[in-house]
Amino acid sequence: MKFQQCTLSNGLTLIAETNPAVYSVAAGFFVRTGSRDETSEVSGVSHFLEHMAFKGDDKFSADDINRVFDEIGAKYNASTSEEVTMYYAAVLPEYLERALDLLSSLMQPSLRREDFDMEKNVILEEISMYEDQPSFTCYDHIMATHFAGHPLGQSILGSHASITALTADQMQAYHRSRYHTGNITLAIAGNCCFEDAVALAEKYCSRIPQGQPSRLLPPVEAQRNSRLIVRESSLQQHIMEMGIGPDSRDELRFAAELLSVVIGDDSGSRLFWELVDPGHAEAADLSYSEYDGAGSWMSYLSCSPEQVAENLERFHKVFADVNTNGITADELEQARNKVASRVVLRGERPMGRLSSLGGNWMYRQDYRSISDDLKSVRSVTLDEIRKVLDQYPLAMTTTVGVGPLAEL
Amino acid sequence: MELCRGHLVFLWTLSTLSSFTHSMSQPINSFRLANGLLVIVEPMQDVQSAALTLLVPSGGVRDPQNKCGTAAILTEMFSRGAGGLSARELCAAMDNLGLQRGVHVGSAHINFTGATTADRLCDALPYIGHMVTQPHLAEEDFEPARDLVEQSLMSMEDEPRQRLGKMLREYSYAAPWGSAAEGELDHLENISIEDIRNHYAQNMAPDEAILGIAGNIDPGQIRDAVEAVFGSWKSCPSLEPERGRLPQSPFHIEHDSAQTHIGLAWDTIPYSHERYYEAWAAISLLSGGMSSRLFTEVREKRGLCYAISASLSTLRDEGRVFAYAGTTPERAQETLDVTVAEILRLHEGITDDELQRCKARAKSSLIMQQESTTSRASSLARDIYHLNRVVTLDEINARINALTTEQVREFAVEYTPKSMVLVTLGPQGLDPACVTSL
Repeated sequence: MKFQQCTLSNGLTLIAETNPAVYSVAAGFFVRTGSRDETSEVSGVSHFLEHMAFKGDDKFSADDINRVFDEIGAKYNASTSEEVTMYYAAVLPEYLERALDLLSSLMQPSLRREDFDMEKNVILEEISMYEDQPSFTCYDHIMATHFAGHPLGQSILGSHASITALTADQMQAYHRSRYHTGNITLAIAGNCCFEDAVALAEKYCSRIPQGQPSRLLPPVEAQRNSRLIVRESSLQQHIMEMGIGPDSRDELRFAAELLSVVIGDDSGSRLFWELVDPGHAEAADLSYSEYDGAGSWMSYLSCSPEQVAENLERFHKVFADVNTNGITADELEQARNKVASRVVLRGERPMGRLSSLGGNWMYRQDYRSISDDLKSVRSVTLDEIRKVLDQYPLAMTTTVGVGPLAEL
Repeated sequence: MELCRGHLVFLWTLSTLSSFTHSMSQPINSFRLANGLLVIVEPMQDVQSAALTLLVPSGGVRDPQNKCGTAAILTEMFSRGAGGLSARELCAAMDNLGLQRGVHVGSAHINFTGATTADRLCDALPYIGHMVTQPHLAEEDFEPARDLVEQSLMSMEDEPRQRLGKMLREYSYAAPWGSAAEGELDHLENISIEDIRNHYAQNMAPDEAILGIAGNIDPGQIRDAVEAVFGSWKSCPSLEPERGRLPQSPFHIEHDSAQTHIGLAWDTIPYSHERYYEAWAAISLLSGGMSSRLFTEVREKRGLCYAISASLSTLRDEGRVFAYAGTTPERAQETLDVTVAEILRLHEGITDDELQRCKARAKSSLIMQQESTTSRASSLARDIYHLNRVVTLDEINARINALTTEQVREFAVEYTPKSMVLVTLGPQGLDPACVTSL
């Protein structure tokens, strides 16, 4: 695997990790924009825009885009998070040019009004679909509650009301303000030649306007909040809790990741042995998420309503014990081995490499090879784990529940 | 958290179109142990990992009457101590080998999967062997395992789409093949630890078990390791259960959900049928990519829903198409009517370009499968189960290339649904006329 990068004549950054030993190549535009960059009037516009990108430009109609991606057998999609919108396709090497032609058209869509009105229905259906998924509902509400008053608390989907009220002009304006070369990275991973990739990128990306949109990075203030969304007919109760963790540029993030594996991985972790193995809960996890200028711990519990109180007590006992006593060398070694294996297996496919390549660049303008990641995982020490716990103890400040319970 | 534009719905059948090794086809090794276990090994040179899938014919169809969930509880018990190791020792040993693993219950099989870096697979094998051949099945572990199965069933009840999927299967295949391998809430209290042990003793045998292994491995070494680990697994022949009856649809479940969830099913041919590739192409036209007919007509042109899909489901001797759409109640009737109309007119106006797109998608899926040891291992095992052989790349490639629009059209005409199963879940039922008038 070989990493190379260049800046195109319009200022767009191209990064590539080439590997002649794989059969496919994956390419993706990573746009540094998401729900955190929206105002409340246009809540949900980043994600809606991501859908609208596939409705075509002057060159391709909506039908063309769907058709040609299928003609070249692409595995393609797009996704929107709080911070990043990405558009990607994995194809056989001979189709890289067609894929880049299409993907680049997604960066400058026409945003026609009739398409906008039709797709609005799809977005409203998507919102309803997620309402029927209790764990997603819980996620949406805990982000809003934990990050209340902070941009990260803004919903990715938006609401029925905000989407219904949104206009095509507002979307145009949002697009004009966010989709600039300084805010977009083109990443390519897999079987391709770098010089060819540069030539193709020059050929197809020249229309993306120059510019460097900004993003507000206010500090996160710890909230002490809890909220219960009551669904009387549900059988299970879902509870999420959040606290503050290291941000995406913090060197402690690898230690935080390993700590979350020791404490809350879906099997073999402390929470697993305390809650899931004895049958007290269907799920009991802890995860660590890094954001631009912020970071968080998030725990998730799914169990029958009668068992919530004692299960939350078990969670908090596990957290208190770790905060005081840390973890053991054996636990750390087991987590290192688990995570190292995940890094290798995920890195085997161009699509897996693409998300790591683009993600590192989005957050740190940094390239990390698989061996860099393995080295970082291997070198985490108990001292660093202690440091994480001292600076970012497992102390959850926000609680949200979805299910039959009206109080905790 | 990320939200995607399109649901990543891949026909599972694509992952069974296996052995796509271009013209550099690597030899597939197979051997059978004296106890009956059939082992298929495919070396892959350009990867660092190795993966395995073990299918043991002890799935939900073998649950005793009124004890639906027996296999599911057994599945929960394998990791709770095996051989000389406690649950925690077993877990630590496998984690330290970087072994990503799972045990899943299906209708036909209990399925053990594992993947790690290729150099460690032989070291990991004995631990999987312990779970399969010497699980403790201790009395004290029974309640926790049953509680977990119960909780996951309750979660399923709360997720309308999952609940609908379960119902659709029940109305499509005669019991026990339509029964939920995950179990039934009201059966769990009938099940005891003795039932679990009996289920294990009667069904968890090597006789018809299949082990697929793929990765950067030496077949000779793997063979020695497999023989050492599974050679002493005791043989015990067993019979597949008789078919029972099939409940009649249309059927509606009242649920205070935001969307009405619509499930449709109709008969098609199984994977083992000689015309399978025609069936695959027909369903690909209907729902294979974002240019497919359902996505275009129901979502893109009419904006009726976000999620819509149709895919093939197969038993060894029967096949169905399962279709799903989720939409808000006021648009549900139109969604149902448009979807059924598209299904019924599938044979109309099939173009060469349309078929060409399906072929392109299949080809790239097959080639990309070579980057994934996990999907290769599972394809090897599934091919053996359904066909008793692994389909070679050249054969698949040839058969997909040879498909003509005329063949696919003829198939679509011949297999136009003569009746359909309709199951809905939501605040109110729908007029089923478009289905009942067939």
